[in-house]
Amino acid sequence: MTIGAPLGKDLVGLEHLTADQIQLILDTAEPFKEVSERPIKKVPPLRGKTIVNLFFEASTRTRISFEFAEKRLSADTVNVAAQGSSVSKGETLVDTARNLEAMRIDMVVIRHPASGAAQFLAERIRSNVINAGDGKHEHPTQGLLDLLTLRDRFGAIKGLKVAICGDVLHSRVARSNIWGLLKLGAEVAACGPATLLPRGLADLGVTILPRIEDAIGWANALNVLRLQLERMESGFVPSLREYNRIFGVTRDRLARAPNDLVILHPGPMNRGVEIDSDVADGPHSVILPQVTNGVAVRMAVLYLLAGGAPDWRALGGEER
Amino acid sequence: MNPFLITGARVIDPSRNTDGIADVLVVEGRIDAVGRNVSAEAQVRRIDGSGMVVAPGLIDLHVHLREPGQEHMETIATGAAAAVAGGFTGICPMPNTDPVIDNQAAVGFVVRQAIRAGTARVYPIGCISLGQKGQQLAEFGEMVGAGAVAVSDDGKPVVSSQLMRTALEYALTFGIPVADHCEDPTLSAGGAMHEGIVATRLGLKGIPAAAEEIMVARDIILAELTGGHVHLCHRSTRGSVALIRRAKETGVRVTAEATPHHFSLTHDACEGYNTNAKMNPPLREDADREAIRQGLRDGTLDCIASDHAPHHYDTKQREFDEAPNGIVGLETALGVGIRDLVTPGLMTLPELIARMSTIPARIFRLPGGTLAVGAPADLCMFDPTRRWEVRAGDLHSKSANSPYLGETLIGQTVLTAVGGRIVFERGVSKTDA
Repeated sequence: MTIGAPLGKDLVGLEHLTADQIQLILDTAEPFKEVSERPIKKVPPLRGKTIVNLFFEASTRTRISFEFAEKRLSADTVNVAAQGSSVSKGETLVDTARNLEAMRIDMVVIRHPASGAAQFLAERIRSNVINAGDGKHEHPTQGLLDLLTLRDRFGAIKGLKVAICGDVLHSRVARSNIWGLLKLGAEVAACGPATLLPRGLADLGVTILPRIEDAIGWANALNVLRLQLERMESGFVPSLREYNRIFGVTRDRLARAPNDLVILHPGPMNRGVEIDSDVADGPHSVILPQVTNGVAVRMAVLYLLAGGAPDWRALGGEER
Repeated sequence: MNPFLITGARVIDPSRNTDGIADVLVVEGRIDAVGRNVSAEAQVRRIDGSGMVVAPGLIDLHVHLREPGQEHMETIATGAAAAVAGGFTGICPMPNTDPVIDNQAAVGFVVRQAIRAGTARVYPIGCISLGQKGQQLAEFGEMVGAGAVAVSDDGKPVVSSQLMRTALEYALTFGIPVADHCEDPTLSAGGAMHEGIVATRLGLKGIPAAAEEIMVARDIILAELTGGHVHLCHRSTRGSVALIRRAKETGVRVTAEATPHHFSLTHDACEGYNTNAKMNPPLREDADREAIRQGLRDGTLDCIASDHAPHHYDTKQREFDEAPNGIVGLETALGVGIRDLVTPGLMTLPELIARMSTIPARIFRLPGGTLAVGAPADLCMFDPTRRWEVRAGDLHSKSANSPYLGETLIGQTVLTAVGGRIVFERGVSKTDA
């Protein structure tokens, strides 16, 4: 691993990263956590870098998290939303890419509804590309912030049992979690109705748990995925009410769970569907620490892709 | 039309079950003589065939030529040029053009454009339903009168079982097969590739094998009911092969084709979101590819068809979900067949030629597929050992959407003649008298 490009040019997913590279990102995120706790939340490593946040899909949390990460590293940023841009006038992704390239930007953060869009862009421009979620493929920074949150709680990922619950079929968060957790030595299970579990999960090394009670009894942590309303409309589940009754993470189901069971959720939550409010707001939940860690992890990724040394202080990061 | 004599080639003619070194004399558009030491007048052009194979011209029952309507992807002329460059002397274009080929005038247009192009013979396939809408039968009789050799709504499945039944019955009058692209659209909707581990990893919606097999089973049952001839296009799954094998054992009039890509590639080719590996039916698993190979070997699958489907590079340079289905195949079919079926010993060269020429000619009742004396001289000569790299710039098709770009194939056409006229040559050594 050479200093200067420890992750390569882009971050399109966790599938093709090594355990060492993932650890490096998590380790690099640690000191960045502290930056966000300062009264003046800014360090200089990306001064003079221009970054485009290219969002072809609505996003609040991820876009804002990236934007804070970029600004706290002193980068100049531009947000492009697909609505109102040339994309809505029929421009193809390849033309969008070439135009960005022609403006000599340094990095692109892309969110896109098509699986593979981030890689498509990465192969066509010299700038660094960071995948902020592509279709049902990957959402690597979400996977990383989940890992960081679990590491904060348990000290290490190795040996942890993590159950990913709900709509794994349509979830990029699930895929990034599966790769990251397996690479760092966790055991991974998927739990949900068979209509929402993709084919071949077992071949990836994921255990299938058919019932949420089994997952709660087995896991150290549950990562509860959002159930989108469209899934009911397209017939994957009969009703949100039944989904909550059979697969919801409820206080009753957690009654016998160990105190240190941790519950993650990538947000935005459907309270009363996949997760009940008193669970989301209760002692098992680490949902808000996840959001806090999101900024630190994204700072780490931006910093490393920009060529930062694994110890960012070596580049003159300011001490408080 | 000048006579010519190919000397000392390995002449393979599955129609007569012959395979041996011989000379082939072509005079006045017909095979004049095949044998040792054929004599010809001094002014007849001699072509050195040593090391070469001479075979009946290849026949492809399943191509898309995009004309009328999408001439930026391919025209009948460029598609026919690609055909003869690949050793094909006869090709059957599917009717899913814009407008579709669902009436006698449209069939006549295809025939006329092919005559104008003056290379490969083009035998149009007409629509099963008007506008390919899956409701009202097209005029089979009028289309056959204008030159159609089969009917198909290819590109779309025939969803209505009643329409399929009627088509099979009505086609009996004209002695033509009904070719079906078997797909249950309720199972395949939104799918971009084979449903399996690769789709799961890439986050793409899968098309299960069952989407194909359900329709294969239905078509077999309807062929049995009606006594009609159903031709099952581009089969891709092991389940389909098993269903067809059982149907043939019970005497149902079913024929089937497989494409070079389904016997040579798997869904692994989609890795990296390679849109040149996106087609419908999709590339399947290793076990499916193996079943397709075995099906071709034992005759469950009667013939090889390319499903040549040109697309402009703009449309393939897209997000995988947005990219269109299909690949070009006319110029790579023979090289893939020799590399992946003959070289590993799955079938002999004469068996491959039978599945690419003589048998497809019989299925659609086309002339050709033979080197019998007196037959029109539709033939190809190829170097069966030549290794060549597939390069976009070398293809004669207007499009280059091939998953084989950069790969090395084995066996390449050097000469193609249609009706005794040499319509394609690639570096033929000349020994003119």
